Amino acid sequence: MEYQKKELPDKVKNAGFLFAGIGMLLIAVSYILDPRREAFNNIIGLTFFASIAIGALALVALEYISGAVWSVPFRRVSEFIASSLPLVLVFAIPLFLMLGMLFHWTHPEVVTADKLLSGKSPYLNIPFFIGRTIGVILVLYVFYALFTRNSRKQDESKEQGLTRTNVKLSAAFMPVAGIGLTLLSIDWIMSLEPHWYSTIFGVYYISATLLAGLAATTYASVSLNEAGYLIPGVNKDHYYSLGALMFAITNFWAYIAFSQFLLIWYANIPEESIWFVMRWEGGWKYISIILIFVRFVIPYAGLLSQPSKSDPKRLKQISIFILIAHFFDLYWLIMPTFSKTVVFSFYELGFPLFVVGIVILAFYYQTKKHNLVAVGDPKLQRGLDFHL
Amino acid sequence: MLTEHSRRIGEADIMNKKIYSIGGLFDTPDSITRAAEEAVKEGYTKFDVNTPYPVHGMESAMKLKPSLIGLVTLFIGLSGAAFAFMFMYWVSVVDYPLIIGGKPFFSWPAFVPVTFEVTVLSAAVGTVAVMIALFFKFPNNAHPLHDTNYMKHVSSDRFGLNVVAIDPLFDESKVKDFLSRSGAKDIEIFYEPERKPIRVFDPKFIGLLVVIAMVTAGVTYFTLNKLLYMPPFTWMAEQDRLSSQSQNAMFTDGFGMRNPVEGTVARGFTPYEFKGQPDSVVRNLSNPLPFSKEVVDRGKMRFDTYCSPCHGYFGKGDSRLNGQFPNPPTLHSDKVRNWPDGNIYHVITNGQNVMPSYDKQITRDDRWAIIHYIRVLQRSLNAKDTDLETKK
Repeated sequence: MEYQKKELPDKVKNAGFLFAGIGMLLIAVSYILDPRREAFNNIIGLTFFASIAIGALALVALEYISGAVWSVPFRRVSEFIASSLPLVLVFAIPLFLMLGMLFHWTHPEVVTADKLLSGKSPYLNIPFFIGRTIGVILVLYVFYALFTRNSRKQDESKEQGLTRTNVKLSAAFMPVAGIGLTLLSIDWIMSLEPHWYSTIFGVYYISATLLAGLAATTYASVSLNEAGYLIPGVNKDHYYSLGALMFAITNFWAYIAFSQFLLIWYANIPEESIWFVMRWEGGWKYISIILIFVRFVIPYAGLLSQPSKSDPKRLKQISIFILIAHFFDLYWLIMPTFSKTVVFSFYELGFPLFVVGIVILAFYYQTKKHNLVAVGDPKLQRGLDFHL
Repeated sequence: MLTEHSRRIGEADIMNKKIYSIGGLFDTPDSITRAAEEAVKEGYTKFDVNTPYPVHGMESAMKLKPSLIGLVTLFIGLSGAAFAFMFMYWVSVVDYPLIIGGKPFFSWPAFVPVTFEVTVLSAAVGTVAVMIALFFKFPNNAHPLHDTNYMKHVSSDRFGLNVVAIDPLFDESKVKDFLSRSGAKDIEIFYEPERKPIRVFDPKFIGLLVVIAMVTAGVTYFTLNKLLYMPPFTWMAEQDRLSSQSQNAMFTDGFGMRNPVEGTVARGFTPYEFKGQPDSVVRNLSNPLPFSKEVVDRGKMRFDTYCSPCHGYFGKGDSRLNGQFPNPPTLHSDKVRNWPDGNIYHVITNGQNVMPSYDKQITRDDRWAIIHYIRVLQRSLNAKDTDLETKK
């Protein structure tokens, strides 16, 4: 275990600043030109960012709770990506000021005139809404802080008990993260159409979240390992496991998405199917069909064969593609509420670029402070010896 | 060193038998992995390793090329998907179209779950079947290694390596020497089993088929005729609801079946438009349908169904009911032949003497078609010479 801490090159930092800078510029211009549209994009940005950070954190907890060894050599990559979690609240602050522009349940006169909305008002009201978002992010951040504190302590002390503590923590984390992600998705995406509901919606967002966190981790791990920043010993078998997990979660997303669609399509109850009708009329039909290919068919075909799952070039391409597809999925979920017809221009590009920049910068500054490999983890040697 | 199994076969047999392979047993996964590496180094290409569980790193130790079985799975899976999808298309669009839930006949989202299941099932079962067929070399139903001491151990507690005789470097003594050098114990020679011809008409086999057929038939009979009429399977049939055509105490008249509300009109049914009007109005109607082959064919079909039981197939009044009803008069009398079409229509619709109204059973257009057919019957029994001439 001859790990030597190396500084990441400045180009990583520059890329981060470049992405964040262009994104920031586009966001500023867009907010001046069309605040309402950019606020909807802000929701896409918020949910996109939250899913990358929380997905990476969930992977860390998943490794602890399942006792996996193969992912130990690059667990820190997930931890560093998850370090950007509190910044999700920064994305939410402008939205808290503009809730009235986005959610029509925020208007008291609408709620009193509407029987359904007044029935939902104990849940859907502004103070509780803001409290839920802040609460979920903070609680998950506490878990992040505990996981990483124990892991960093272990770098020095090599104490095995800290892993056991983290296993117990991850058992508590799982239900909390499940409920938290469900609340986030219901609040920010589903309540845009407060009359519509789908009981599987939380799982839909959870599957997308795991996939986003995993794609970011995969891209960073494969790139860092190829450039020699990780500990020697990470090989094709590790790559294969990453690819297979991405493949599995891609299928899981398709399964959940189709389950949601099939039941609503079959029952054909107007208040439920209106949601899909909105995504079928005014040109949204093409976006919906493209989504099936972008989110499922292309990643599925790209990762189907055995060699492709361990090919680093393919993995990097597919993980970037999955992140783009995740953004596209959120765009498909959120924007039909804003516009009856398809709209896509530079307004939509600001937030994804900004999020990517922020994640890269958070990652970069974490690598300055901490080891990129959990050198004290008792499972590290077994993780390096991992063979399929 | 020959084991008990080989010795049991006897020297004379061994001389005549073809060697399949020579194998040896190892005690640890590490030693079998080393042995596989050495076998590659020796230059053997046709050798196999048998272990009780997958040993990590064995594929690279044996220098195995990636298996092509994945392509077989892909092919069978896609065939299964295509079959399931096309079968459902054929059933619900071509052969027996039913409107379900107001959806179009070709409702592909409803096909997706079944297509998925059939894909997975056919891919899994097909892959196993292909692997067994290749491994046993179809149509053989066993492998030379079956039922040996070697197989007993490699499927429970030890690790085996065997060099197959088709290897170009195969030499009995050299392989034995190699195995003992690499640390194998219980080295054994495996012979190709004698392939006995499969006897289809073996009494035991026929007996087995008969027993299977009887059991299957018995279980099917019991299930369909007895089991389904026992609770809990009858719970779906016996429900708290009014059954048509059975007594029910809920209504004062004791009938379960209710009459529709006054003025109800069934879908596709046209009420009798001359109800309550004097008969003369109806008698003066003329047949609105054209006199064509399709209409006459339709009329014949309806006549044979509804009219022929009493009037006979040719309208002669020779009932098919053998006098259980009074026979009606013939339709070929001068009186009926001279009736206008409207009069026959009036009789079918309202009934006459013993004949009831066919208002409810025969639709309006079918009644007019029957009248055309009656005219055909009448003319056929009273043909004139001019009819023959026009036929020329």
